[in-house]
Amino acid sequence: MTELMVDARSVRKSYGTNQVLNGISLTVEQGEVLCIIGPSGSGKSTFLRCLNHLESINGGRIYVNDELMGYRQVGKVLHELKPKDIARQRQSIGMVFQRFNLFPHMTALQNVIEAPIGVAGVSSDDAKKLGLELLAQVGLADKADHYPAQLSGGQQQRVAIARALAMKPKLMLFDEPTSALDPELVGDVLDVMKSLAKAGMTMIVVTHEMGFAREVADKVVFIDKGLIVEQGTPKQVLDNPKESRTKAFLNKVL
Amino acid sequence: MADATDYSDDVVAVPLRHPARWIFGGLAALLLLSFIYAVASAKSIQYELVAKFLFDHRILEGMVVTLYVTVICMVCGATLATLLAIMKLSENPIQRWLATGFIEFFRGTPLLLQIVFWGYLGIIFPQLVLGVPYTDIVFLSGDTSDLIPALVAGIIALSLNEAAYSAEIVRAGILAVDGGQVEAAKSLGMSSSYTMRKIVLPQAMRVIIPPMGNEFIGMLKNTSLLQLIAVAELYTAASTISSANLAQIELLIVSGFWYLVMTTVLGFPQRALEKRYGRGFESVGGRAAPRAFKVGRR
Repeated sequence: MTELMVDARSVRKSYGTNQVLNGISLTVEQGEVLCIIGPSGSGKSTFLRCLNHLESINGGRIYVNDELMGYRQVGKVLHELKPKDIARQRQSIGMVFQRFNLFPHMTALQNVIEAPIGVAGVSSDDAKKLGLELLAQVGLADKADHYPAQLSGGQQQRVAIARALAMKPKLMLFDEPTSALDPELVGDVLDVMKSLAKAGMTMIVVTHEMGFAREVADKVVFIDKGLIVEQGTPKQVLDNPKESRTKAFLNKVL
Repeated sequence: MADATDYSDDVVAVPLRHPARWIFGGLAALLLLSFIYAVASAKSIQYELVAKFLFDHRILEGMVVTLYVTVICMVCGATLATLLAIMKLSENPIQRWLATGFIEFFRGTPLLLQIVFWGYLGIIFPQLVLGVPYTDIVFLSGDTSDLIPALVAGIIALSLNEAAYSAEIVRAGILAVDGGQVEAAKSLGMSSSYTMRKIVLPQAMRVIIPPMGNEFIGMLKNTSLLQLIAVAELYTAASTISSANLAQIELLIVSGFWYLVMTTVLGFPQRALEKRYGRGFESVGGRAAPRAFKVGRR
């Protein structure tokens, strides 16, 4: 029996007159890995940011873990949630950013344990233990006392993954996690993500790494101009695309 | 191929000569020496009086007042400034307007005028009553001059003025923090006030501290304006003495000397603070950067 982790129903988003998402519907089951691919400006990152309500949506509904994101529905009327309720919803959704966004004034370990201590109320001893475990899990046990500026891009991104995992999320969002990395550092980050997927984490990954998508994804979605053009297994979408736009895109990136 | 242990091609060059530096240095030294000579040999200045009053107990007591008024005003001013900066960046329009109005008002009127206003508040409102309006509940009441003596009036005036100026410094510091930091904090479920305290402000401090050091020095000197409402700080002490013995210049030198000592000494905690909040930023803009501009021989 599988459960729906994410249920996005015709999600629409616009900035002024610029319509970025034109009605995206997709579902992700528990333990599933979904890769979103598409040209730049297609709306894939925006969609990801809507999932944890970093961006509010203009239409449709997003349910994560059976909870409506950002709003409370009473009958047919939507009420905006209070900031603290939105913050609570976000706690179960980890996010990893293209530019890492580590807190530069904190060491790697402090980055990982700040939210568990300050937000989840974990004791500082327990958080430290968890933090060191997570840093070991991403292969950086020896870098706990390093500041982000002393780490390579790949190491920073792995700390960022550990930081997101520290809140024990049910869902992990990755927004082009390897796009800002030097080519030789990409592998380490992808390895960490692969082992996460193997451990059963539900993941949505916006990526340009077709190799990763082919190997790890259960489902691949190709988005263009704010719409899903094609979706299916990696084999279907990446190896035998039906749509001409998918073919054209894959020809460019492969 | 040259191996690493072969030093025969080490760059050992004769350093470039800088004759212009020597010429300018000599000229500057000459000017400085002639100025010092002119001041030292001035017949009108009685240096024995300067020496006599340099450690006069009234001067030293004035210095203590100057120092603690400065520290109190900076702490109150900076706290209020942070509040104003956050209000000005708030999504709540009423908070934005209130903060903007406060800042405009206190920056738009001369500090001197504000000090005199607070000092003579008793003329406008002889009695002060603090209580719940339209009821008999009164927490505090009395003569304004008793409740707000000159020292308190001076501290209020300097603090409010300081808050208005430093609010913009704090706001600039907050705006200098990368937006991705707030997003990362949000994605971890941090509230906006937690994010402000733990993520944004500590990083903003790096940008805030240098101009705040300026403000501190400015505040130290501005306390001398409290002479107008007879607060017994350093400048008041000096001018009280000089109005009795008519040695104006000598006492100006005395107070000037001590102001200079205090502003110089206050530079040290600033450097310590800069180091404290520069942690994690060394390779970006801290100690490592200037090395690139230095040329040295092995």
